[in-house]
Amino acid sequence: MSTNTDALQRQTDVRPAGPKRARWQKLREFLGNPRAAVGVGIFGIFVLVAVFAPFIAPYNPQATNFFPNQSPNAVNWLGTTATGQDVFSQFILGTRTSLTVGVGAGLLSTFLALAIGVYSGYRGGLIDSILTAVTNIFLVLPTLALLIVIESFLRNTTPLTNGVIIGVTSWAWGARVFRSQTMSLIGRDFVVAARLSGMSSARIMATEIIPNMLSMVASNIMYACLGAILAESGLAFLGFENLSSSSWGTMLYWADAGGAMLNGAWWWFLPPGLAIALVGTSFALMNVSVDQITNPRLRVTRRRKRRGTSPART
Amino acid sequence: MRYVLQRVGFLFLSIWAAVTINFVLPRLMPGNPAGAMFAKFQGRMTPMALKALEAEFGFNNQPLIIQYLHYIGGLFTWHLGLSFLYYPTPVTAVIASSLPWTVGLVGAFTILSVFVGTSLGILIAWRRGGLLDSVLPTTFMFLQSSPAFWVAFMLLFIFGFTLSWFPMSHAYSNSLVLGFTPPVVVSIIYHAVLPGATIFLSSLSGWMIGMRNNMINTLGEDYIVFAEAKGISGGRLLFSYAARNAILPQVTSFAIALGGIVNGSILVETVFSYPGIGYQLTSAVSSEDYPLIQGTFLIIALSVLIVNFIVDMLLVKLDPRVRTGGVSS
Repeated sequence: MSTNTDALQRQTDVRPAGPKRARWQKLREFLGNPRAAVGVGIFGIFVLVAVFAPFIAPYNPQATNFFPNQSPNAVNWLGTTATGQDVFSQFILGTRTSLTVGVGAGLLSTFLALAIGVYSGYRGGLIDSILTAVTNIFLVLPTLALLIVIESFLRNTTPLTNGVIIGVTSWAWGARVFRSQTMSLIGRDFVVAARLSGMSSARIMATEIIPNMLSMVASNIMYACLGAILAESGLAFLGFENLSSSSWGTMLYWADAGGAMLNGAWWWFLPPGLAIALVGTSFALMNVSVDQITNPRLRVTRRRKRRGTSPART
Repeated sequence: MRYVLQRVGFLFLSIWAAVTINFVLPRLMPGNPAGAMFAKFQGRMTPMALKALEAEFGFNNQPLIIQYLHYIGGLFTWHLGLSFLYYPTPVTAVIASSLPWTVGLVGAFTILSVFVGTSLGILIAWRRGGLLDSVLPTTFMFLQSSPAFWVAFMLLFIFGFTLSWFPMSHAYSNSLVLGFTPPVVVSIIYHAVLPGATIFLSSLSGWMIGMRNNMINTLGEDYIVFAEAKGISGGRLLFSYAARNAILPQVTSFAIALGGIVNGSILVETVFSYPGIGYQLTSAVSSEDYPLIQGTFLIIALSVLIVNFIVDMLLVKLDPRVRTGGVSS
């Protein structure tokens, strides 16, 4: 490693929010990683589909204009449902709903995690003990069971409410990570200096502490979005979402309820699940790359070719 | 000792939280959903049972605190009300008959998944950068990102419907009377293959990648380099030196992953109509059986909390640092 990058490394260790060049360096490193590039690519395609959904979808997803249970053909690219709806149009519009809810809930969850985790780590004392206990309780409670119980009382929720409920119940893991990171940052010189210069607590948290754990925040956002997309699809599959809403989960609900399996209509339930898995994989790929950039030990270097010919650490 | 007391304290605190959530939720909800339910079951229940139920959901005019104490008292005597769906079976009886299925299915295949995943993790960390190391994590990443219920659906479609290799639903053949006879045992295992495979596949990757990263961190430690320099054989270095230490975080992640495993199994049980606790929860929801919803949620939460506690205690045994209170976890 040259002294130049060494210096950069040290600088970014303390203040990644510092010079622009360091940030670009990280971004270039991130995109240069093949896994990250594939992840960004897949996610980008889905985002484009979500943004331009109404222009891409050829038909009204609710209209029952076609013969039921047709396999994919030139008119209906992904076939039709048991009531003669166009699966492709449903899929395209479902992309918009599912991505919005997933990403929205993921962001909400990360925001709550940051607020609770950083605050409790920064304040310490009794407040910290109470918030930590609450975090741990939310961490161990089975969230889906809790969500199902909440939904059983709410009934027929919109995707928006679902996103909010998911975000509000899934912040615990992030809060725990952010709290311990805050506690390890709090004794650093730059935080002490900021405090001595009379900066307010809120400002220290926002401008000194949070910018120094951006990679963790990024990783948490992806993790939370993945969890939220899975949770939303699960809830919708169980029929807890307004059944006329178009999301991937609702499609799967109707495929199940409409006897897609008994009709052998694989084109109905394959695309939504596959799409969820692909979006999830893209998050996971980006996440692994972030991990590799921030934890140098995880970078792929062959540990050894053959025993004894090269040193253990290369 | 301090650690053990702390964990016991947390166990009680979290159980209290779960119980209280269960009490508060139906009273918090707008629009009186339980009220509609009472109207629906007006003719089907004895007036006394209906009255008891109303009390349970806070539909009498007693102050909240009295209702709360009443509710807690009911829990201590293991009284969770009667199920509507299976009226007049008590909720506790429904739970008692479905819990063993879930514990057996989820327990067996989760343990299998932890074991296989951890072993694979050790292997690919050792062969770092090899073929397996590049193929397995990406493949499993895909599996882990797939919704468990969709994987279940696909397996069911391919192996149940198209190929007819495995049964499509239930835990054992309807033509058999349940008991410990060889045909019943075979039938149970046969029915468990597909739901089990779903649970196995969807949690496998987490264990593998977790163990791989732990191993890589441990293999970078100085004592490993030193041991290698001393000329300790590969197998011994791998298992007695590295894996032994790298496995500890896996135990902690087990506690954290538990909630996710339960989440997945609720959906998987629903897809396969497997008569476990998760299936009872979702069918209770679709038939608006509130006593059963509350009972199953409580039992799911309690079992997760108790297993968590057991894992914490196991950690005391495994990690001397926890025992002596040297470095907190």
